[in-house]
Amino acid sequence: MKKIYQLEDLDCANCAAKMERAVAKIEGVSSVNISFMAQKMTLEVEDSMFDEILKKVVKTCKKIEPDCTIVL
Amino acid sequence: MSRKEKKNLTRIIISLVLFAIIMIVDKTIILGNIFFGKFGWVLPFSLYLIVYLIIGYDVLWRAIRNIFHGQVFDENFLMCIATLGAFALAIYLGVTGEEIEGFDEACAVLLFYQVGEFFQGYATRRSRKSISALMDIRPDYANLKKNDTFVKVDPSDVKVKDIILVNPGEKIPLDGIVVKGNTTLDTKALTGESLPKDISVHDDVISGCINLTSQIEVEVTKEFYDSTVYKILDLVENAASQKSKAENFITKFAKYYTPIVVFIALALGIIPSLITNEWSVWIYRALSFLVVSCPCALVISIPLSFFAGIGASSRYGILVKGSNYLEKFNKANIFVFDKTGTLTKGNFVVTKVLPAEKKNEILALAAIAEQNSNHPIAKSIINACCVQDIESGYTLTNIAGQGVVATKDNDVILCGNEKLMKEKAIDFTPTSELGTVMYIAKNNQFVGTIIIEDELKDETITVIQSLNNMKAKTIMLTGDNEEIAKKVATQVGLTSYKASLLPQNKVAEVERLLSEKKNKEVLCFVGDGINDAPVLMRSDIGIAMGAVGSDAAIEASDIVLMQDDLQGLSIAKMIAKKTMHIVFQNIIFSIIVKVIILILSAFGITNMWFAVFGDVGVSVIAIFNAMRVNSKYKLVDNKK
Repeated sequence: MKKIYQLEDLDCANCAAKMERAVAKIEGVSSVNISFMAQKMTLEVEDSMFDEILKKVVKTCKKIEPDCTIVL
Repeated sequence: MSRKEKKNLTRIIISLVLFAIIMIVDKTIILGNIFFGKFGWVLPFSLYLIVYLIIGYDVLWRAIRNIFHGQVFDENFLMCIATLGAFALAIYLGVTGEEIEGFDEACAVLLFYQVGEFFQGYATRRSRKSISALMDIRPDYANLKKNDTFVKVDPSDVKVKDIILVNPGEKIPLDGIVVKGNTTLDTKALTGESLPKDISVHDDVISGCINLTSQIEVEVTKEFYDSTVYKILDLVENAASQKSKAENFITKFAKYYTPIVVFIALALGIIPSLITNEWSVWIYRALSFLVVSCPCALVISIPLSFFAGIGASSRYGILVKGSNYLEKFNKANIFVFDKTGTLTKGNFVVTKVLPAEKKNEILALAAIAEQNSNHPIAKSIINACCVQDIESGYTLTNIAGQGVVATKDNDVILCGNEKLMKEKAIDFTPTSELGTVMYIAKNNQFVGTIIIEDELKDETITVIQSLNNMKAKTIMLTGDNEEIAKKVATQVGLTSYKASLLPQNKVAEVERLLSEKKNKEVLCFVGDGINDAPVLMRSDIGIAMGAVGSDAAIEASDIVLMQDDLQGLSIAKMIAKKTMHIVFQNIIFSIIVKVIILILSAFGITNMWFAVFGDVGVSVIAIFNAMRVNSKYKLVDNKK
């Protein structure tokens, strides 16, 4: 399943890159793309565990850039 | 400016003023000398520390927080180490009684870092907004007709066949047909076409256009999620997700750059100190390294340049589906064109009637035969016919592959190709003219010949020439026969052509061209999007033109020219070139400046002030440079 999320207060381009790398490492995430310019995250995740993985994604992003929130 | 930004700005101004006051006082009366002895450094230290905390509490807080999250090479953390380290050095100098200095610098580094961050954030946000605004064609509401009154609803709530009202100044929210009123539409946001378009009842309107002059009522033909405007928005919003090679390079670079610089800093702080025993000198130089260690300038300015390029393209009605296509298109050097509808207008016109003096008679006869047909060729004859009323009452018989026989009483009109003439044993004069040839005979007497051709688009020759000037190969694929293809190819100045291709053969031909091209060459296929989706997808870059309303073409292609105008190619090429130029400039500029500052600090030629410039100053310059992509592009007239 592919979903696009809006990111709020994503102020640092390097953090976006870091977040992208970290999220990509989460198991079950088949692809992720964080666009600093569009302030958007495109996430492609296995259907069956979507909610679970999404939680992990949110947690990972919070860890790297606590100021940035994912609009769910 | 957001509230957060305003707050930051106030904080920066307060700190700057405080800092200036303290520094002036310090330089005139030397605060360190007020209290003599070992504790002379405490007064200037405390004063500067106050400013430091005002300007830097958030950086400090983030640094501490991120360490607990395992973010060692975090920008905030490095900045804190650098500035706190500078403070520590100054205290050390003070305690050992050498001299009391360095507090101002430690404080200033953080202050200017914040100033730079502020500008950087402000510039990015502004440029992002201004580019997004260009692409913003989203309608906010629709005026839905309900029992003779109109209510404002969300465009996605409107159903097909509903009637909506569009006032002057409003965006058309959904695709539809005008049922009442006539007006002028501004299609600029959608197609880049600056001339307003007049429309009246029964005309199709496309969502995303702006109604300029008067009220119209529109019957909706497509729901919001099928509407042009939604399709385009979807495409544009996802455009940034396809990353270019340059962007990937930068992210990789950033990943290694910071750790490397930090480790060099560490080495620089320890190794020479052990040898020379000048700890404070080398630690100071190492701290400068940390200040330059953030790769932010690069990481921001490269995607921003591409974003600006995509934004600039959309202003000209060119939709680019990702930064990678912009990057590739800059290198595009093989252009494969479909003929009909791409190089030519795709509408047939009568170009010649032989013998010319019998023109009216010949056309009138042909019109009788072709009056019921919907074929483009038949239509071109009807259009060319000067007689107002076409004689009726004829019985028309269509002979497949030959033409039409029209009979009325004793009159027999033949209108068709060579085969028909031979079949009916007419003594006719074959012509060597190129194009579609129609022979006309009446009552077994040959009357004349009509030649019908597909017109070239007005801009075709100029655009092909400019591509040729760029040393690009231009190739035409067509289903027409050899003679017609050759004529068009020479007239336009194409490098080569391939005639008599069936649609499925076009894919094979493109495959062949793709296998023949060199590794670095990029092949574009330009088509009108009708029937050529497979070719569009197969080529390196598929370009569909005049694609407003054609979903299949928009989906299959990588670059969409909303307007049916080949000049879009030239403009896209210019934008791609400029974007790549600026991307290259920014990469080179940022890396060189950083490396120079690193070298200079290693030898102690420069100080931390310069290092701050190497960090935030470079970012701000690179951001402004990136915004240059979004300037005006003008076509160079090749005709001279």
